[in-house]
Amino acid sequence: MDNLHQLTIHEAHKLLKDKKISSVELTEDVLNHIHSVEDKVHACITLTEEEAIRSARTADQAIARGDIRPLTGVPTLIKDVICTKGIRTTCASKMLENFIPPYDASVIRRLQADNYVIVGKANMDEFAMGSSTENSAFFVTHNPWDIDCVPGGSSGGSAAGVAIDECIYALGSDTGGSIRQPAAFCGVAGLKPTYGRVSRYGLVAFASSLDQIGPITKDVTDCALVLNTITGHDARDATTVPLGVPDYTRALKANIKGMRIGVPKEYFVEGMQAEVRSVLEVAIQKLEELGAIVDWEVSLPYTKYGLAAYYILAPSEASANLARYDGVKYGYSYRNTNNMWEAMEKTKQNGFGAEVKRRIMLGTYALSAGYYDAYYLKAQKVRTLIKSDFEQAFQNYDVLVTPTSPTVAFRIGEKVDDPVAMYLSDLCTLPINIAGVPAISIPAGFANGLPVGMQFISKHFDEESLLKVSYAFEQATDWHNQKPPLS
Amino acid sequence: MKLSAEEVRHIALLARLGISEEEVEKLRNQLSHILENMEILSQLDTEGLSPTTQSIALENIYRLDEPSPSLPVEDVLSNAPNQEDNCFKVNAVLE
Repeated sequence: MDNLHQLTIHEAHKLLKDKKISSVELTEDVLNHIHSVEDKVHACITLTEEEAIRSARTADQAIARGDIRPLTGVPTLIKDVICTKGIRTTCASKMLENFIPPYDASVIRRLQADNYVIVGKANMDEFAMGSSTENSAFFVTHNPWDIDCVPGGSSGGSAAGVAIDECIYALGSDTGGSIRQPAAFCGVAGLKPTYGRVSRYGLVAFASSLDQIGPITKDVTDCALVLNTITGHDARDATTVPLGVPDYTRALKANIKGMRIGVPKEYFVEGMQAEVRSVLEVAIQKLEELGAIVDWEVSLPYTKYGLAAYYILAPSEASANLARYDGVKYGYSYRNTNNMWEAMEKTKQNGFGAEVKRRIMLGTYALSAGYYDAYYLKAQKVRTLIKSDFEQAFQNYDVLVTPTSPTVAFRIGEKVDDPVAMYLSDLCTLPINIAGVPAISIPAGFANGLPVGMQFISKHFDEESLLKVSYAFEQATDWHNQKPPLS
Repeated sequence: MKLSAEEVRHIALLARLGISEEEVEKLRNQLSHILENMEILSQLDTEGLSPTTQSIALENIYRLDEPSPSLPVEDVLSNAPNQEDNCFKVNAVLE
């Protein structure tokens, strides 16, 4: 069979289950495809070919015994911020260039229990700080739809890898949009679960009250399948909720008659590309045609404060989390001195890139004596307001729909020297992390030849509504089947 | 409001982050520009509002204090830049 790398999880699963293909065949096809496109896309920091073939053999043995679940034997790319025992985990930073974790993240253990296959670790913005993957300390990832454009970020390697079929699915992490914005830029699906749904144990910490791991996939069904495996309570992460996990595939119903959908006007911002706006309008009209009741005039009045609140909260938490990179326990260590403070300062100076330093500085400032109340405490109070915006909206609507990003993918280099312009790329995704609610981005059309993402938002722990409306839209459209010219 | 070079150096010291003179100037401009964009928050009256520290409001998660195996010492030290006698080795803290 040809082009196995183009399969979705559910397609691959059916072929594996029916013994039409083996996991080794599928994995070899994916690895061969990686070799043919990776020098153009640069999605992967580390390739794990031997490990992939070894685990594919194990998966085939399990399948022969009749032990097969949806992710069994299916090749995946893991964002390089998620710890994999014995496999280098760099966070795209010089600081962790040679770090080999002594343990697996909880999500990895869950995938292993299903006999998953890992083909590599995906490129990203350093420590997940960025919106373009240009902050990787190693190299820039290119967008498969236009190699002169960024893939978005910070999970840019994961999203580009899924778009160009370097894997069947990928895991990313999302602190302010880092799954959804690159999924939008690369024309694939990406879901950020509710805060507390997926264990963060073994996810290298950026901003602990905002971080969440989630799937990046070729369609909505695959999002549900990955969620089924990775969600659930974990004693190792006290912020995971002790709630039962539904079978998310039961939400995949094409009928959205009577579903109440709100369109918050604040997300159609000034500076938004007109072509992105038109694509969204046509897509939302499609939802109406499918029987949804759409209210085009919803207001979430505190939205405009989201960006400022986020860029206080996230850097503050980051400045505390990244204090651990002191050159003592692991990672890069400056050794040409006997002075403790000098060693620590030089370790951070040489080990961190510009954006990480900027955020450490910003967070340290916001937390410092005399500024704490004016910045950090203020931002946490604004967080209360932004959260209440969503709580009120969800009394009237099942889901909200917005653009995922105000623009399509921008050109490499365009925003690297202007941090504030870069931050604006996450305008529509940041408030979701601030409120902790779940959201998904799915392909909604094209503007100027590049994919446009549509974001759905729902209330806490209601990922099912996201999957339901996304699935209905996907069944009625063909955007998710479009392939980039490079593939 | 523009940060002074002195303030930038002070923040870097608090963070124990080494920065060059060139970085002081660059960070001064960039941080000032970012902070200007945050002034929008001062328009909001937040008097009497409680801060939200995290979004799902779980509180006081307890577990039984039962011993269970930890990582082996050699695994924990496997990434150590410097080690001696099963310990992380560091520069003198008190001189």
